[in-house]
Amino acid sequence: MNFVKNALGRLVPVGVDGVGAFSPYEGAFARVLKGAPWPAAYPVRKPEPPSRSKVAPSLKTAIERSGLENGMTISFHHHLRNGDKVIPLVLETLLQMGFRDLTFAPSSIPDSHDCVADYVRKGLIRRIWTSGARGEVGRMISRGEMEETVIIRSHGGRARAIEEGSIVIDVAFLAAPACDALGNSAGCSGKSACGSLGYAITDARFARHVIAVTDNLVEYPLHPHISVPQHLVNQVVVVDSLGDPAKIASGAARITRNPLDLKVAENAYRLLAASGILAPGCSFQVGAGGASLAVAAFVRDHLKEKGIQGGFGLGGISGYMAQMLEEGLFRALFDVQSFDSAVTGSMVKNRAHMEIDPSWYANPMNQGCLVHNLDVVILAALEVDTDFNVNVMTGNDGVLRGASGGHSDTAAGAKMAIVVAPSFRGGVPTIKDRVQTLVTPGETVDAIVTERGICINPNRADLWEAAKKANLPLKEITDLKKEVERFTGVPEPVEMDMDRVVAVVEYRDGTLIDSIYRVKE
Amino acid sequence: MVELVLRMAQAGTLESADCLVTVVPAEEFRLDYRGVNRKLFGERTRKLVMETLERTGFSGMQVTIQDQGALELVIRARLETALRRAVGEV
Amino acid sequence: MRGMRSMLYIPGNAPGMIQNAAVFGADMVMIDLEDAVALSEKDAARDITAGFLRHYDFGDLPVVVRINGADTPFFEEDLEAIVPLKPFAIRLPKCQDPSDVLLADSRMTEIEKRHGMSGGLVPIHAMLESARGIENAYAIATASSRVTALTLGGQDLTADMGIQKTRDGWELFYARSRVVMAAKAAGIAAFDTVWTDFNDPEGLFREARQIVELGFTGKAAIHPSQVDVIHRAFRPDEKEVRKAERIVAAAAEAERQGRGVVAVDGKMVDAPIIVRARHLISLAGLYGMEGGEAQ
Repeated sequence: MNFVKNALGRLVPVGVDGVGAFSPYEGAFARVLKGAPWPAAYPVRKPEPPSRSKVAPSLKTAIERSGLENGMTISFHHHLRNGDKVIPLVLETLLQMGFRDLTFAPSSIPDSHDCVADYVRKGLIRRIWTSGARGEVGRMISRGEMEETVIIRSHGGRARAIEEGSIVIDVAFLAAPACDALGNSAGCSGKSACGSLGYAITDARFARHVIAVTDNLVEYPLHPHISVPQHLVNQVVVVDSLGDPAKIASGAARITRNPLDLKVAENAYRLLAASGILAPGCSFQVGAGGASLAVAAFVRDHLKEKGIQGGFGLGGISGYMAQMLEEGLFRALFDVQSFDSAVTGSMVKNRAHMEIDPSWYANPMNQGCLVHNLDVVILAALEVDTDFNVNVMTGNDGVLRGASGGHSDTAAGAKMAIVVAPSFRGGVPTIKDRVQTLVTPGETVDAIVTERGICINPNRADLWEAAKKANLPLKEITDLKKEVERFTGVPEPVEMDMDRVVAVVEYRDGTLIDSIYRVKE
Repeated sequence: MVELVLRMAQAGTLESADCLVTVVPAEEFRLDYRGVNRKLFGERTRKLVMETLERTGFSGMQVTIQDQGALELVIRARLETALRRAVGEV
Repeated sequence: MRGMRSMLYIPGNAPGMIQNAAVFGADMVMIDLEDAVALSEKDAARDITAGFLRHYDFGDLPVVVRINGADTPFFEEDLEAIVPLKPFAIRLPKCQDPSDVLLADSRMTEIEKRHGMSGGLVPIHAMLESARGIENAYAIATASSRVTALTLGGQDLTADMGIQKTRDGWELFYARSRVVMAAKAAGIAAFDTVWTDFNDPEGLFREARQIVELGFTGKAAIHPSQVDVIHRAFRPDEKEVRKAERIVAAAAEAERQGRGVVAVDGKMVDAPIIVRARHLISLAGLYGMEGGEAQ
């Protein structure tokens, strides 16, 4: 592999075997502002003759009819989260049918799917293109078990890659909690309801062949809400169950009671309040839990107290945000992915709770994605460094255990991107000299907030002034790092095999921002 | 006269931010450092265990540490407790 | 001025909690070797606490350590391990009469001598948790110059009296008054007891307001979420603060003019009023109330 140093000083390959050439990262908006025409590649599809039913007799038959061959690319969405049974079902069926060397390109891999590692080992899957990898899949990749380099993309980046033809999906298997005989699909009803079906929409538009998999075939036509319309769907397969409802639509996300997380959230809220950004019409995005979600609780109280109505909530939508919409604290919600059961009802009841696809959400190369209109995003981190770079992919031991997700997308787009994290976790400092894996560049991160202090990016002198005026606990990031190291000590560097790149991290614009190396045993 | 004897002893817990230290009298020193920070603080932990054993006058000890992300000072304190507990009256 | 409004209790055998104790904004922290630690873990808690005092930088956060009482086998070793590390104070539980203080005092003196400690003795916060202790409050408060605070132990006291601690707290009115009075008479601080229901912050706030009005210096917190509630209860009234500023200004003016008499708003103001005004302004400073000292 040949390497080049990118604008952040990280060594990245100039190309990936079997995929093509890559450009190195040049800056968060370098490519966008260059203004070069950006290709959009619609797939070649054969017309479907008029029919009254696309229901295939079995999954196996549907696959046979799809034209799928060895070496092709398959995709799935991850809206069924840890309750998903569709991915294992399809992969097992493909294995039984004798398929090999497929490129597995889901929008992300749910934590529960350790089985994907087995399908790699059995030769069914040769490449993985995903947003995240955890558990056994993450360990397998970090050990260097895969011959082909894994490509990690953000949600916006994956949408861009699909639209420009860098990812050509041969067959998309789209779980549909509600589906009719001609393939009209939706996610907000049915026993396996999952809320928004955002990721499915982009896949359905651009895949060469689309198979909707449902456990709830409704009478034609599906109504009132259709996420994926029939004219994008080739076949429908009916199965007994898409998954475990308890794990698909887990209970409404609750605000953490952990005092440390609450302290971090409180500090983040105080920064928001001091910055003046919580004004009428403000837009907001938070994470699914922990300190990130807890900030929403503080913001909610603030908005209520001051009688302010926000513009929109974005995400990654949890029941808490749905409740805020209900209370009139937002005018609308844009939902690319629903986090819990409380949201499904909101989508049905409230027309202001709108489903969006990932290109609309975060593709930087279209005519205006939503993250570019975002005022505030509260993000988590596995580790950060003194240049405000963020790692959400690899743990302290260097092993893959996270997902790129919408992290780099929202950080780049939001007016104020705040990373919340405890100053140390498990005895290890969160702030390092240099993050193991660079996913979100420091230039897009405005502040890093911990329980022991708030660090403002030097490129935000205005924010620093406002925070200082409000007497917030400000600290220089290098000082906070040293303060924590005084009682944790400085961890020894993890031994990585620098000769072996197991995965590359693609920035949202298609350039490479970092490489992930094999972890030495 | 009180006769003292060395025996196996334990201190600490498997709670987050703590560690479980087990000491067993042995012919020579051996350290088995397990847990989340095995690779990150291996050297540091080895040093502190050896320094503590020397300071407290124990040489032949087999020390096992199951680390749940404890600070260095916590590992040291748990080891000290375990060593003291290892000394019993006959 | 360093506040003393809240004292966060942390179990001595819980390193996960001690390592974060400084983060919750409590004015003081008390690491407990006594009731929060099982009998079989007293040695472990002592080692952990000593380890933190020795190696962890709490900054300017005062750390008090509650040791086990003289009626336990742990008393001597607790003092031996903790005193040389110069905690902000030793909390002495179950003080019944001055002899309890004097016993601890002499042990501590001996330990300090042996360690060549100079530059100030380690203070004692005497905990009154029984009827006898309450009745002997003033004698205990003045038993030794080490004693810099009295604390009320409401749980044990009500048990000793054979009554229930109620949400209203009426049953502790006399005990509280007596503790505060004794403390004020002795010129030392007074700390109130714990509020155990951390799902009832309203009740905590009410009780905290009550004890603020009684004159307590501070109150115990057994959960980080209680700290802010207690601080809210101590927050002085805006109007009172303005008045206090006028009083202090008038006193300064009188001083400059060499006058002995100070008048504010047409009324004569005595020395004790001026002292209280100064204290109120210091307290206001903790809340960043305009005109108060910045913390």
